[in-house]
Amino acid sequence: MRFIPVTCEEQAEMLRVVGADTVDDLFVDVPAAARLGRPLALPDPLGEVELAAHLEDLASADSHAGSVVSLLGGGCYDHYVPAIVDAVISKPAFFTAYTPYQPEVSQGTLQAVYEYQSMICALTGMDVANASMYDGATAFAEAALMAARVMRRHRVVVSAAVHPEWRETLATYVGAGVLDIVMCPMRDGVTDAAALRGLVDDRTAAVLAASPTFYGALDDLETLAGIAHDAGALLVAGTNPILLGVLEPPAAYGADIVVGEGQPLGNPQSFGGPGLGIFACRQEHLRQMPGRVAGRTTDVDGRTGFVLTFSTREQHIRREKATSNICSNHALNALAAGVYLSAVGREGLAGIGRACVAKAHYLESRLVETGRFERVFSAPFAHEFTLRYTGDVAAMQARLLERGFFAGLDLGRFRAEDAGCVLFAVTEKRTRAQLDRFVAEVDAL
Amino acid sequence: MSAPTREPLTGTLIFERGAPESRCVESPALDVPDVSLSEVLSGRQRTEPPVLPHVTEVEIARHYERLASANFGVDSGFYPLGSCTMKYNPKIDEWACRLPGFAGLHPYQPPETVQGALEVMWELQELLAEIAGLPAVTLQPAAGAHGELTGLLAIRAYHTANGDPRARVLVPDSAHGTNPATVAMCGYEIVQVPSDERGGVDVAVLNTLLDTDVAAIMLTNPNTLGLFDENILEITAAVHAVGALAYCDGANLNAILGKSRPGDMGFDALHINLHKTFATPHGGGGPGSGPVAVSGALAPYLPGPLVARAADGAFSLVTPERSIGRVRSFVGNFGVLVRAYAYIRALGGSGLTEVAEQAVLSANYLKELLRDVWPLPYDRVCKHEFVLSGGRMRKQTGVRTLDVAKRLLDYGIHPPTIYFPLIVDEALMIEPTETESKETLDRFAGVLRTIAAEAAEDPGLLQGAPYSTPVRRLDEAAAVKRPDLAWVPPKGGPG
Amino acid sequence: MYPKDLKYDREHEWVRLEGGIAVMGISHFAQDQLGEVVYVDLPTAGVVLSAGDSFGEIESVKSVSELFSPVSGEIVEVNDALSDTPETVNEDPYGDGWMIKVSLSDPSQVDALMDADGYEAFLAEAE
Repeated sequence: MRFIPVTCEEQAEMLRVVGADTVDDLFVDVPAAARLGRPLALPDPLGEVELAAHLEDLASADSHAGSVVSLLGGGCYDHYVPAIVDAVISKPAFFTAYTPYQPEVSQGTLQAVYEYQSMICALTGMDVANASMYDGATAFAEAALMAARVMRRHRVVVSAAVHPEWRETLATYVGAGVLDIVMCPMRDGVTDAAALRGLVDDRTAAVLAASPTFYGALDDLETLAGIAHDAGALLVAGTNPILLGVLEPPAAYGADIVVGEGQPLGNPQSFGGPGLGIFACRQEHLRQMPGRVAGRTTDVDGRTGFVLTFSTREQHIRREKATSNICSNHALNALAAGVYLSAVGREGLAGIGRACVAKAHYLESRLVETGRFERVFSAPFAHEFTLRYTGDVAAMQARLLERGFFAGLDLGRFRAEDAGCVLFAVTEKRTRAQLDRFVAEVDAL
Repeated sequence: MSAPTREPLTGTLIFERGAPESRCVESPALDVPDVSLSEVLSGRQRTEPPVLPHVTEVEIARHYERLASANFGVDSGFYPLGSCTMKYNPKIDEWACRLPGFAGLHPYQPPETVQGALEVMWELQELLAEIAGLPAVTLQPAAGAHGELTGLLAIRAYHTANGDPRARVLVPDSAHGTNPATVAMCGYEIVQVPSDERGGVDVAVLNTLLDTDVAAIMLTNPNTLGLFDENILEITAAVHAVGALAYCDGANLNAILGKSRPGDMGFDALHINLHKTFATPHGGGGPGSGPVAVSGALAPYLPGPLVARAADGAFSLVTPERSIGRVRSFVGNFGVLVRAYAYIRALGGSGLTEVAEQAVLSANYLKELLRDVWPLPYDRVCKHEFVLSGGRMRKQTGVRTLDVAKRLLDYGIHPPTIYFPLIVDEALMIEPTETESKETLDRFAGVLRTIAAEAAEDPGLLQGAPYSTPVRRLDEAAAVKRPDLAWVPPKGGPG
Repeated sequence: MYPKDLKYDREHEWVRLEGGIAVMGISHFAQDQLGEVVYVDLPTAGVVLSAGDSFGEIESVKSVSELFSPVSGEIVEVNDALSDTPETVNEDPYGDGWMIKVSLSDPSQVDALMDADGYEAFLAEAE
């Protein structure tokens, strides 16, 4: 067997030591009616050569960011991943390690987590960050649950401008009635602040919003924080970390918990997963934070070292009273984010942010000039924007796919009112030549 | 002459390397007209840049190589971490998930452009359904605990739809901590079920706890003692008799692949840890993947999207009729799904059965080699793992299981899981997995014997261990009392 | 290890009567079992407790335990110093490691608790 190094002779010896005649003797504790009693009905084994060919066949059936020019965003983005990132996360000592429960032989993972936490704090302006959640959506849901614990209140007000999949995930997480959700309408692609004021009261644990919103618009976090804080509630702010080289950090506006989808930081799109759930909060709320966290300390000889800490918050110790049931997180994706942020550095992140913003604004203007797209919102945007197409969206996208473009995201699939609206994302990878060609194809429709 | 010294592998942060002018990846030149950020962002532009590292590529490469050298993974050596199934992670799986036709896909691409990816997912749903003995599978959950949440919410939705919402979930005292934590997240009251003297569920007590207000029982089978519950059919029947459902924590599925299926044991729902049983790497804590397989009765409640295949062979994403709703963004941890699919196709049904057989044989073999060193609280044939008690050693020598674990590090072996399950005093939970050679198992047993002898002769030696690791025992109390969870630039320094 | 002037309960709390006020902490046995105490979560003065109520939590690095009051009454004082130096619970469990002071609503509840000999016998039995 390819992955079993024990020989037949050794198996016989092991059976002798165990005192069993056959391996089946070791399954005598399985009641007869619970035994399968037949071979699994699965395909035959494939040798590595055949397996590789099969997988390449499957993968080559797909169009991808390398074969089609992508203007798709909505929570997953085609950013450049520096070669050093994959070189680091491919080191077996990182990717074949378990959770660092034995810190003496896990300093690599633990220091990398500490550095990642430090970078997330630097980006968001928050005091502490955890070692990662599954993705932005689950971080968002966990933030609502955390806010309820901190505030001892059981209602959250959620902006309709937040990504629909984040909102749906939150609704599922609290589906057992552990929290009430109040939806705040949106206006001009962002949270309707006037409406929000009427929805927040002394029963509200938190206001949940995001900037940029799902529609790409920059929300007015400062106003939202003010409304939340006036009612004694928290502000949970979603963010896109790759923009935090150019956007003021959520902490500057008074956010109490910051969450985000960290995929843009050095992780491939990978059909939407695994992503990276960013989660950061204020020091004073640390004991209600979900997820693992690494801390710096010293060993018995006085050397600097790192450990998982504040573990009494977690399920393996506090069980049903834990801050969350999360155990496995997305450590390798967090490692990728740490390497990415080191590779681009502070000027690089600002440069990438500026390039994304400039290219997005360039494309937006050019598309509006074609007369085939109209502006829907007046709110400012960064690298993602919503336009209304004057014709049939599906036909337009199908035509442009033939011409080699993923022509944005049809928002009508998420909300009937948004029919005709298309969300475009522009990353630093898009060249002016690609954008010009896209505009020309739109013109030719 | 003083002894030559080496720079410690760890401790110096990436922030403390390089210089302000150091660069790795330069930003691309701007080929469109520049914008005024303050104008287009309406004054929301960043005023103070985030304090990120300034390093060159060579410094990054060396920094992380040093960190990696201070780490221990499956490729480093034996990793018998009970309940975690630290088996070898085949390299072709890593290659496969990086193919551009997989890694370069956007989740909102038109379905006709991702037929290969959807085929992988559909096939994996089918493969896992056969392995589980349950007809419907969602690949969406990101990890085992996430699968538990998904499964239990589906069970809750099922009861609610039947007009019979129930209040309690039963969990054995040997359960993983995620089980009670999940029960609480689902708004249920938790009732603990004791284990009997054979290490299984105490059926007599269970029967007194079952009534029509019980929504479900969450069981791990084989359980966290590594024992197959001999009464499993009785248990699931009793649970069903009061209208409750049986949830299986599939953390220990590796022991029974091709031998026994949770569906055939009477379970209604099961999560599968692809990062345990199906050889996807743990990544230093994740990402994992926790698909959930369910019975026909629960299938309408699964989170969407699932992958469906039409009569013409085309694949599409669909959401079940009475879905509990999605539990995350997009379709699942696709990169992990590709790895698991590749692993299952490499082994086929016969290979997976051999996996279970060898995992169980290796565990029983090791148990025989060690049973006279540490007491075995539940002495019967085990499955993929077994639990020893360090209680006697602690009484006789003062050496705790923690000290034994730390001493193992000096021998280059990753310790077993310790202090779990909670029902065994000073527990050592040992899971060798099928991917270790007999030579490795023999050496491990020999090392543990040596350590037991050391404990008797010189307890202090173990209590001070480890000695040869990049750092020694760390002050975990100080880490809590004086939290240092993020680096901040020194005042007045270059920052 | 178990001062004679204190009363003890089965959850390993101790009580010292000072007039109508009960001073409470955890026993030597409890602090030894926990190991180094890193955090004590205590309520604020003014909270009213019934016998058997949880009044806080105490944590070591790898465990957390609830604190239970064996008596009823209003909390009149809390040992805030423990938030900065929780290890005092290990170093001086019966002195500076005290946790709360309760104005007793039913002083007879104290009589029902174990004396030092009774508590030591209880520990021996549990062992």
